[in-house]
Amino acid sequence: MTELSMQPSADLSAIRRVPGLPCTGPRAAWIGLLCLAVLGGCSSTPGSEQSSAEVESRTIGEQGALSKPATDALPKAPVGQPPISSAPIATDQTPSGQLPAVLSDPKSLLSRRSVFFEYDSNVVRDEFRPMIQAHARFLLDNPKLRVTIQGNTDERGSREYNLALGQRRADAVRQAMSVLGVTERQMEPVSLGEERPRASGSTEAAYAENRRADILYDGEDKLPAGK
Amino acid sequence: MPAVTLDLALMKILMVSTMVRPAAVSPRHLPPPIARACLWLLAALLVVLQPVLAPSASAQLKIEITGAGASQSPIAIVPFAGEDRLAQALTPVIIANLQRSGLFRMIDVQDVRPLPVQPSELRYPDFSSRGADAVVIGSTTVLPDGRVEVRFRLMDVAKQSQLAGFSYTVNPGQLRLTAHRISDAIYERLTGDVGVFSTKITYVERQANRFELKIADADGSNAQTVLASSEPIISPKWSPDGTRIAYVSFERKKPIIYVQSLINGSRIVLANFRGSNSAPAWSPDGNRLAVVLTRDGPSQVYLIDADGSNLQRLTKSNAIDTEPAFTPDGRSILFTSDRGGSPQIYRVAAGGGEVERLTFEGTYNVSPRVSPDGRSFTFVQRTGGRFNIAIQDFATRQVQVLTDTAVDESPSFAPNGRIILYATEVKGRGILAAVSSDGRVRQRLSAGSSDVREPAWGPLLKAQ
Repeated sequence: MTELSMQPSADLSAIRRVPGLPCTGPRAAWIGLLCLAVLGGCSSTPGSEQSSAEVESRTIGEQGALSKPATDALPKAPVGQPPISSAPIATDQTPSGQLPAVLSDPKSLLSRRSVFFEYDSNVVRDEFRPMIQAHARFLLDNPKLRVTIQGNTDERGSREYNLALGQRRADAVRQAMSVLGVTERQMEPVSLGEERPRASGSTEAAYAENRRADILYDGEDKLPAGK
Repeated sequence: MPAVTLDLALMKILMVSTMVRPAAVSPRHLPPPIARACLWLLAALLVVLQPVLAPSASAQLKIEITGAGASQSPIAIVPFAGEDRLAQALTPVIIANLQRSGLFRMIDVQDVRPLPVQPSELRYPDFSSRGADAVVIGSTTVLPDGRVEVRFRLMDVAKQSQLAGFSYTVNPGQLRLTAHRISDAIYERLTGDVGVFSTKITYVERQANRFELKIADADGSNAQTVLASSEPIISPKWSPDGTRIAYVSFERKKPIIYVQSLINGSRIVLANFRGSNSAPAWSPDGNRLAVVLTRDGPSQVYLIDADGSNLQRLTKSNAIDTEPAFTPDGRSILFTSDRGGSPQIYRVAAGGGEVERLTFEGTYNVSPRVSPDGRSFTFVQRTGGRFNIAIQDFATRQVQVLTDTAVDESPSFAPNGRIILYATEVKGRGILAAVSSDGRVRQRLSAGSSDVREPAWGPLLKAQ
């Protein structure tokens, strides 16, 4: 089917000259490589998500296979549908209505969730101790509740290194609560690095606002108003 | 089915790179059933590739170039006969590619008449008098079935002989890729280096609260969305065979590593352990990845199989160890660590063991990536509040700062090692930029009004 050739010499007459090209080795290797690529792609993916049968059905151009809706939890790259709809936006297991109202009561210390840090520091300052103590006590009183502690950084520097710095801040808050008796099972320290800044802009005030760890109860999609 | 013919055309283009004639493949060099199965799998791969990659609605990347290579090869590109009647003319793409490399100087041939198409029509003095060392001629012919036959020849002006010549029969949708292939052939013949014009790049584009992981041709054209999300996506990394991308997504309110197939769009969770999961890096054989996890406390480097099994901890410190990157021989891993008090780049054997510090200048050296020849690594260095792309030679330890912008990050080598792609900012907006590894040629790629970051250059998709 394919016509192609290379003309390595000064022979100007026959552009389609093919015999004599040293192509056996590369050809076999190339075909092999593609086979490996295809097979490798199959074998590295659990069967439930992609079976070889599915691939085969696509080769004969069955529209049914192509337009089959993606599994809910898996944002498969879209076929004819906007991909944004496939990435889950929130993963709340519990409606926020089931969380005690005191958590979002502006008069309660429990509605305060953010611990701010100095530049290049993960030391929890004393002014945040009462707030952390309030959450620790609340978690001890409510052993079924869980929190995610999200560390954040300002935007300067490497994204991945900032992710690690944000983790340190989350871990500092986790440690402060652990000392107060909260079990590890009730806390997960994670980092958002510089990816989810609360304040935009490249000013010192914005940076300070973003050097922070937030305490988020499972079931909450975002922090209560007023931090 | 139109989709099928289009993909067969793509297959042919891929064949071109290895100078293979598919018609000759099955009978002689492979047992027929295996060969047929391989071709079917190949066809499957190509058929499913098309619909998975939805064309992008947003602006294409635009490229500006500054600087020039140490020496520039003067070359004349004669418009191909008939190309002005095609949906996509080839020579403008070829000229833009070669100019972008900084290694060629275009000789104007607008006043050469008549334009030569065949070697027999070439009047070499027309080109030697204009200073061209090489001239490219070619033709395009629309076949009765709608496909296009493209022929080109690269001629040596002084020797009046042919340096390279190919013909391609392609679907009109593959004309741009054909132009990239021709650019690669010219580049390879005249520089002795591998051309990367037909490779792909990936990056993350942000518009308000919409994040899209995209892949595009190396010149920024033909952008397609791989994943879109309302939460950030960072650290995309190509598998060595170019069929998968590992990345970190925050869609579940914490960083989780996924590996997504570019063939059919399916993906697996590579790492979702307690805490944060980030910084994936493929081993050169594509079987394993180095990742950074906090499941045991501090951010540490682990190794994991590409299917998410067989987890092993590699580094054992109480500090931050992150941003792993394999050396091309797969034996070592470079990473960023602040174990010495400030973030610096270290090296450890992939099997674990003693850790060696590699960077000593300054207090912030991060994001290492090893060059394809294994002789140097690029990284980000902070000096006086500015973040710049630098390169360090393993043997001499000599460091060269390559950029003069202020907030550079995420460097990655082109597969020929000649160009480093990175992210930077202009007027508060993220753009992609590239610099030659000798620092001489710089390019900026911007995409309209959106914010672009986290680039990674894809592998060569040819057999060597």
